Amino acid sequence: MDAKTKSAALRDRDMPSLLLSHVARRRQRIAAIFGNGFLLTVTSLSTLAVLFIFYFIARDALPFFQLEGFMEFFTSTKWYPSAETAEFGALAIFAGSGLVTLGAILVAVPLGIAAAICLSDVLPFAVRQVVKPVIEILAAIPSVAYGFFALVVLAPLLQQSGGPILGVAVWIVGAPLAALATAVLADLATDKLPDRARSQARWALILSLGAGTILLLTLAGRALTGLHISSGTNALNVSIILGIMALPTVVSVSEDALQAVGRELREGSYALGATRAETLMKAVLPAAGSGILAAVILGVMRAIGETMVVWMASGNATQIPHPWYNFLEPVRTLTATIAGDMGEADQVTGSARYHALFAMALCLLLFSFICNLSSEWIIRRARRKVGG
Amino acid sequence: MKKTTKALTGLVAIAMAASIVQAGDANKIVVDGSTTVGPIAKAFAEYYMGKHPEVNITVSESGSGNGAKSLINAACDVATMSRPMKNSEKKAAQDAGVLVIEQIVAMDGIAVVVHPSNPLANLTIEQIRDIYSGKIKNWKDLGGPNLPIVGISRDTNSGTYESFETLVLKGAKIAGNVEYVGSNGAIRQRVLSTPAAVGYVGLAFIEGVKALKVNGIEVTPETVTSKKYPVARPLYMYTNGRPKQATPLCDFINLSATPEGKKIIEDTGFVPVK
Repeated sequence: MDAKTKSAALRDRDMPSLLLSHVARRRQRIAAIFGNGFLLTVTSLSTLAVLFIFYFIARDALPFFQLEGFMEFFTSTKWYPSAETAEFGALAIFAGSGLVTLGAILVAVPLGIAAAICLSDVLPFAVRQVVKPVIEILAAIPSVAYGFFALVVLAPLLQQSGGPILGVAVWIVGAPLAALATAVLADLATDKLPDRARSQARWALILSLGAGTILLLTLAGRALTGLHISSGTNALNVSIILGIMALPTVVSVSEDALQAVGRELREGSYALGATRAETLMKAVLPAAGSGILAAVILGVMRAIGETMVVWMASGNATQIPHPWYNFLEPVRTLTATIAGDMGEADQVTGSARYHALFAMALCLLLFSFICNLSSEWIIRRARRKVGG
Repeated sequence: MKKTTKALTGLVAIAMAASIVQAGDANKIVVDGSTTVGPIAKAFAEYYMGKHPEVNITVSESGSGNGAKSLINAACDVATMSRPMKNSEKKAAQDAGVLVIEQIVAMDGIAVVVHPSNPLANLTIEQIRDIYSGKIKNWKDLGGPNLPIVGISRDTNSGTYESFETLVLKGAKIAGNVEYVGSNGAIRQRVLSTPAAVGYVGLAFIEGVKALKVNGIEVTPETVTSKKYPVARPLYMYTNGRPKQATPLCDFINLSATPEGKKIIEDTGFVPVK
């Protein structure tokens, strides 16, 4: 047998197993239809769930606006849903939600972005492999555990020694920032001067600016140390805890964004003679900017939607603090109000009190919907930009 | 989606019709009314159904007034109320052929509590009202230390809040800076850890904190039962006619007189009737 006939024989023996019989082919097609159908159902179920949630919340929220109108709900701060002549002014509650979310951003964003930069560009790979999962464990702690901690540990601590803690915190946060700002400012201000005068002027500027900031920090620290916090369940407490809760989201997503920037850009920057700091500030961060913004938005959503912690530790006082940025006063948030008032709200008769909670839920839902869409849009835009 | 809603509504309607049909059943007890008495009724129902699995007790909390209405309309077997039935309601019941029988199941006494370090011993009802409505803002106005008062209230959901509103606030509105917490235990915890706090809790929750005298009268089970203590009131269960002996309904109503029932009442934060 020559090679040609041998291969033909082989083909004759093997081909039939590659070609399917009619029965098998039909079976396969039916299986495909069922398989695809099943997957489609599963996928559309989750999509339908979103639509259903929207529909049912809107259905129960709209009667409130028909009953009570828009004005009181959005402009009054008098929230007495159980009074004989009920008042549904939710402005203070919106403000409370806004305040604790702002606080959470102030805690989570600088910490989170700094941690992400450290993880992706500064720390050695081996350290990163350990640290990132540990940060992500923060996301796995149940919120009621955070709430318990806030109520039982943090609140009494703030009451007993809140002033000194804040005084120290000002130094911990302020000193490195001030040092950095002083150096950069002095550098920028003296950049244009002729060579000989520059170094002297720079030192003079650094010294005077440094003395000024140290004085400022001392004054601020002393003022804060003298503070007495009468109630530890306040916006500050909740902001810190919410910030920590949002941290893993911010770190994880911004670190991914920094990684996505890619080796080429960094190497290109180094090749042009840029230092590591210049590469980070001028090449990597701008390229990852939209990804980091998306991370911040996701963190905000985590903070604004959190219920258990705020219900346990925000104090739930229906007021706008005086002045509005006073984090040391108790506030009430939308989520806590919904959770706390739901039991009493009479769903059978469909009272205004019941629908008011749904109106709040609708506002929350719309807000996170907008946040989600914009973060989605930002991420997509970023991908297009980086992908070229 | 419309179809689904219709189908669901249909199902619910059928279920409701079925439950109405069953209302005549001796093994089915429907309880409706006050949110204050609700926890007692629910705990009773749980306890009783645990012992008699064949009996089915449903407890709803739609408010005292609605409880009275349901009893008159024969939509429930027991109306729980945190106030006595009004004459107008009794008249309506009479017209509907319903003979209302009143039973006091428990006393509701609310202790006003402060941190153990607070030197104050006594407050009047008016002073408590002024604290909660924001007129008195500092303990020094009441002869205490110079500390801003941290007022703590139960959430508006709770029966304790409702009682406090009726017995102390009497129409005054709670100030914006008053904090709200979700349980008697949480108030106790907050007051224990906050020197400037004032709160109000059921009698079962005053351990460790300092219960103030109100109008000069100490809060004890005795002063609550004798109605000397001003922030106290009886809680009622109303039935249509005296329940027949040895029926589940009779047992359920009389649980409050048994040692187990008294234990349940104490656990829910109320004072059993002697």
